Amino acid sequence: MASTRAAMANRGVPRDEVAIVSGIGCSSRFPYYMETYGFHTIHGRAAAIASGLKVGNPALDVWVISGDGDSTAIGGNHFIHAVRRNINLNYVLINNKIYGLTKGQYSPTSELGQLTKTTPYGVVDYPMQPLKVAMGLGGTFIARSADKDIKLSEEILTRGANHNGFSLCEIYSNCVIFNEGATDHLSGKDKAEYSVVCRHGEKLIFGKDKQLCIVQDGIRLKAAKVSDVSESDIVVHDERNAELAYLLSAMNNADGQPVAFGVLYCDPDKKSYDDMVYEQVNDVKAKKSGESLDDLLSSGNTWTVSSTICTSTGCKTM
Amino acid sequence: MSQVKEKDVDQVVIKFTGDSGDGMQLVGNQLTALSALSGNDVNSLPDYPSEIRAPAGTVAGISGFQIALGSKKIHTAGDYPDVLVAMNPAAVKHSYHFVAKGGMIITDSDTYTEKALEKAGFTSDPREDGTLAGYDVKAIPFTTLTREALKDVDMPAKDKDRSKNFFVLGVLCWLFNKNPDEVINFIHTKFGKLPVVMQANDAAFKAGFNYGETTVMFQSRYKLNAASIEPGLYRNITGNEAAALGIAAASKKSGLPIVFGSYPITPSTEIFQEGSKLKNFDVITMQMEDEIAGICAAIGGSLSGKLGVTNTSGPGLALKGEALGMAVMMEIPLVVIDVQRGGPSTGLPTKTEQSDLLQAMYGRNGDSPLPILAASTPDDCFDATFEACSIALKYMTPVVLLTDGYIGQGSCPWKVPKESELPDIPVKFIDDPDYDYKPYRRDSKTLAREWAIPGAKNLQHRIGSLEKDALTGAVSHVPQNHQVMTDTRMAKVANIEVPDCEINGADSGDLLVISWGGTFGAVKGAVDRVMAEGKSVSSINLRWINPMPKNLGKAISRFKKVLIPELNTGQLATLIRSRYLVDVETLSKVKGDPFREYEVVDKIKEVLGE
Repeated sequence: MASTRAAMANRGVPRDEVAIVSGIGCSSRFPYYMETYGFHTIHGRAAAIASGLKVGNPALDVWVISGDGDSTAIGGNHFIHAVRRNINLNYVLINNKIYGLTKGQYSPTSELGQLTKTTPYGVVDYPMQPLKVAMGLGGTFIARSADKDIKLSEEILTRGANHNGFSLCEIYSNCVIFNEGATDHLSGKDKAEYSVVCRHGEKLIFGKDKQLCIVQDGIRLKAAKVSDVSESDIVVHDERNAELAYLLSAMNNADGQPVAFGVLYCDPDKKSYDDMVYEQVNDVKAKKSGESLDDLLSSGNTWTVSSTICTSTGCKTM
Repeated sequence: MSQVKEKDVDQVVIKFTGDSGDGMQLVGNQLTALSALSGNDVNSLPDYPSEIRAPAGTVAGISGFQIALGSKKIHTAGDYPDVLVAMNPAAVKHSYHFVAKGGMIITDSDTYTEKALEKAGFTSDPREDGTLAGYDVKAIPFTTLTREALKDVDMPAKDKDRSKNFFVLGVLCWLFNKNPDEVINFIHTKFGKLPVVMQANDAAFKAGFNYGETTVMFQSRYKLNAASIEPGLYRNITGNEAAALGIAAASKKSGLPIVFGSYPITPSTEIFQEGSKLKNFDVITMQMEDEIAGICAAIGGSLSGKLGVTNTSGPGLALKGEALGMAVMMEIPLVVIDVQRGGPSTGLPTKTEQSDLLQAMYGRNGDSPLPILAASTPDDCFDATFEACSIALKYMTPVVLLTDGYIGQGSCPWKVPKESELPDIPVKFIDDPDYDYKPYRRDSKTLAREWAIPGAKNLQHRIGSLEKDALTGAVSHVPQNHQVMTDTRMAKVANIEVPDCEINGADSGDLLVISWGGTFGAVKGAVDRVMAEGKSVSSINLRWINPMPKNLGKAISRFKKVLIPELNTGQLATLIRSRYLVDVETLSKVKGDPFREYEVVDKIKEVLGE
């Protein structure tokens, strides 16, 4: 929350031009903690409501604050289509890999084998990786951070908010009650061993002593020791490279890879949905500038009934 | 042609039947337009199968279109067709038994092959085995005559056959004494970019007209005088088109752009299609990923200070239920146009029914009241949509407008209103940055809450789907607050000012028949008929279902009996019974088909004990 506030402050958008839309879940209480316009809506539908809000008033800075339950389960369809449309929303997906508000059932991002109230013997469905999904949908701004990394979170949220198009920032978050410690390795003191921070133009090097790196293995990425590879083999991050971003978005600890943080992908050139909606509206308005409501109502095949009125007492012409 | 007599009639009903692809809808629409142009009142009822095209030549694949033409005001597409145009034996099988006794059946004699008869389910030729005894059968070799007329047109034989429908239209144009120039103009406009098709249809149409003129097959042709209808500029319109125009008009008169979120569903899709053409009237359409997203986008639009609109049918309304409840909770303007179809579930997508009434009324969790109104005719869909938008904005509430497949897809002449005749729709936003804004502070009369929108300086607030504090809008679980808010939401809707209902006929008597929505036409026609026979019967059309007009209870109490015909199993009757503690007779029909006047007449007589 501190990072979001900071990101909003960095943007310099007055708070009365900011609207925050949330769905249902722990994350979705967010609007109540902010001095902006806020809409706490129904489960999973924040993206669709925010889309209408943004199209209704494109001048607003519209944020969606959502959880993994909201975005990847009940609202998965709306999430998918908001990414696909590239509508200019600042979408913050707070992922704690558990259903917290309903007290501890597994979510679509829970890890295989995870023990939860509805999986006392372990999760047997494979987790969804929201950033990988978003890359597959042609998403134009894909980034990730962890809640405890306030500085990185602020950085990606600021860039995401400045991005003209759909910006997806996934924030790994800890649920102290139901999934305590699930992301500790990504935000605690050993985080450097388990994650790589991607910065445009910089080599993908990680580890406490910067001893590890990402290299290319055919068309895949793999982790390697810096000492085992030549410097030129280390992948240099290019946030305009969609194929690289897709591979980065898919890296996960379960496969022995570090989780990629930072801005994985940014394509500022793809037009946003709301821009295109209004370009079209303005085009049509320019082409049909002379058409009045009366013209519209009386279009098509019309005829005039003469002013002869017949009633029971006979007909008269007026 | 002096031997041809002109038969004066004041109403004639025509039904076209043929395979999907025979062009029956096109011909039906053309004859409708043509008749309207010549001053007749018209009413049409398309009827086509919802299944993916069934095999040609089978009864299941038959598509129909019925129209009534009148030299007086008519209210339905007619009871029994006087003339049936059946393009093949299956089309005859599909509809001949509906034809009025002594009525005319025009059919394509070229299609009566042994195989076609078998496919249609006839064991022998119905023209010869007595099946069609009592009807005036005109078997005309449409296919041969069309090919003959098109012999100089350079197109493949199978394409030539597609002009058959224009040959048929030519014959009918002659039979009903209509000016052929109008059709010729239409052909030239519609097919202008396809010169060969234009030439073919033009030739086929003229050949059909001349066929009527030169053969001795028809002893008489129909003469319908112009109907005595209010003077003015008219056009034909379907209910769905009218609803889209109503939205544009409401936008203009309120000064609020529309955010129209939608997802295609039969039979309401055309509202969205037509709305999508109206971007220059500030109708901003968003085709969303599902029904839920459709209404949610509309809600987002309303939250931005525009007017959110969505359209749907049966199962779509079910999906929208949760979001609709949220709109009740947030108290924002929103218009949901539900074009009802046969249900439950996916039900009968292309068939009309009125069975979403209780869903609209109660189909949400919690006590979740909202205004409901119903349009009664295709042209009324314009007024009803405009009214729904006004109410939504005046009372800060979602509104459900019920239409149905019959009036949504049916058409009738519409007296085109002038923009200047439409009332303004006032909208008031709070925008004073120093105002002590409380989201749920209300207008004492309408109980509408004050509306400030994002972007307004210094008026930031948060609203949502959780219960609200009765003033500040902050989340509140206080028991007494929930009581107050529930009561207030009920009172706000209950106190909406709606016009008194008008009584057709005497204001007391033996029987009151109440229609709502699309049953208006059949009920009005039937009640007028029995009143003319001197019976003590009146009718009321209920435009407002929630709240009901204030004079309704009194009106009901002045009649010995009440009858409610509905295309469901008695949903309005349930509401009226519980509201006014009055017994109600019902006439229920769920055949995917609107009432015919005679059905209502028969029931009235039964209730009267005759």
